[in-house]
Amino acid sequence: MPAPHTDDIALRVRAIESLLVEKGLVQPAALAAIVETYETKIGPHNGAQVVARAWTDPAFKARLLSDATAAIAELGFSGVQGEDMVVVENTPTVHNMVVCTLCSCYPWPTLGLPPNWYKSAPYRARAVIDPRGVLTEFGVELPPEKEVRVWDSNAELRYLVLPERPAGTEGMDAAALAALVSRDAMIGTGVATSSSGAAR
Amino acid sequence: MLPETGWPSGMAPPGGGPSPVFREPWEAQAFALVVALHQAGHFTWPEWVATISAEIRQAQADGDPDLGPTYYRHWLAALEKIVLAKTLAGNSELRLRRMECAANPPGKHDHPARREPIRVV
Repeated sequence: MPAPHTDDIALRVRAIESLLVEKGLVQPAALAAIVETYETKIGPHNGAQVVARAWTDPAFKARLLSDATAAIAELGFSGVQGEDMVVVENTPTVHNMVVCTLCSCYPWPTLGLPPNWYKSAPYRARAVIDPRGVLTEFGVELPPEKEVRVWDSNAELRYLVLPERPAGTEGMDAAALAALVSRDAMIGTGVATSSSGAAR
Repeated sequence: MLPETGWPSGMAPPGGGPSPVFREPWEAQAFALVVALHQAGHFTWPEWVATISAEIRQAQADGDPDLGPTYYRHWLAALEKIVLAKTLAGNSELRLRRMECAANPPGKHDHPARREPIRVV
């Protein structure tokens, strides 16, 4: 038996959906297609392809850093919450991490929907107040001299981190490299390592 | 291990395994309604973000610790607000529809339970 509040909130969703469908403002098939897309097709594996391409194709990387929206669209990853993308590059001297300080703005076409912690008040606040502390909790240890830049995604503009390519991956092709790029590495709460990955 | 000042209990640990995109079907439906209305041009995305972020701020002011699991509740409340603000539906018809839905749970009438095989060949 679900909790009563769950019944209540499910009821509210059902009511507004049935009203909007009846008025012809939304179509049930379109709703089902949206849910299926976000549950199965869109996710960090898309962003991982962007990163792997940038690691293996210098011309693409240059386009990605100068006009990320257009470069990402070359790979077919466009749509809601991906209209104005900016890619920030991690280097030996700079680490980037992304937050939405207001709510949960996040690049859906490349990363899918955000994890719970990204939407939570503690992350939204602490990523700004104490980014190095947050990174430590995520298991990211940076040398003190490395600069940390925190970027605020909003309704019009969303950031994606281009992680540093791990050492020892010189012989790998883009497909193998993509498997090393995790969601967190593209938010900047993780880094890519030669054995990391799980960008699924 | 996460320090006490860090991630609230009940949250997926940072960098942990994949968590389901939607925890319950209503979350997925509420999400899809907003995307569908936006794609049909009924509101811009910045209008939506202004609505949901106001909802989140209000919830925090009312004492919601806002740790993530309540996110789609705010999402639904913001959906209801923007639908009314854009006069896509009226407050009274929405209330009436809720009562109708409450009186007619899904499947109760149109899909009786059958405890025998419905076909044997």
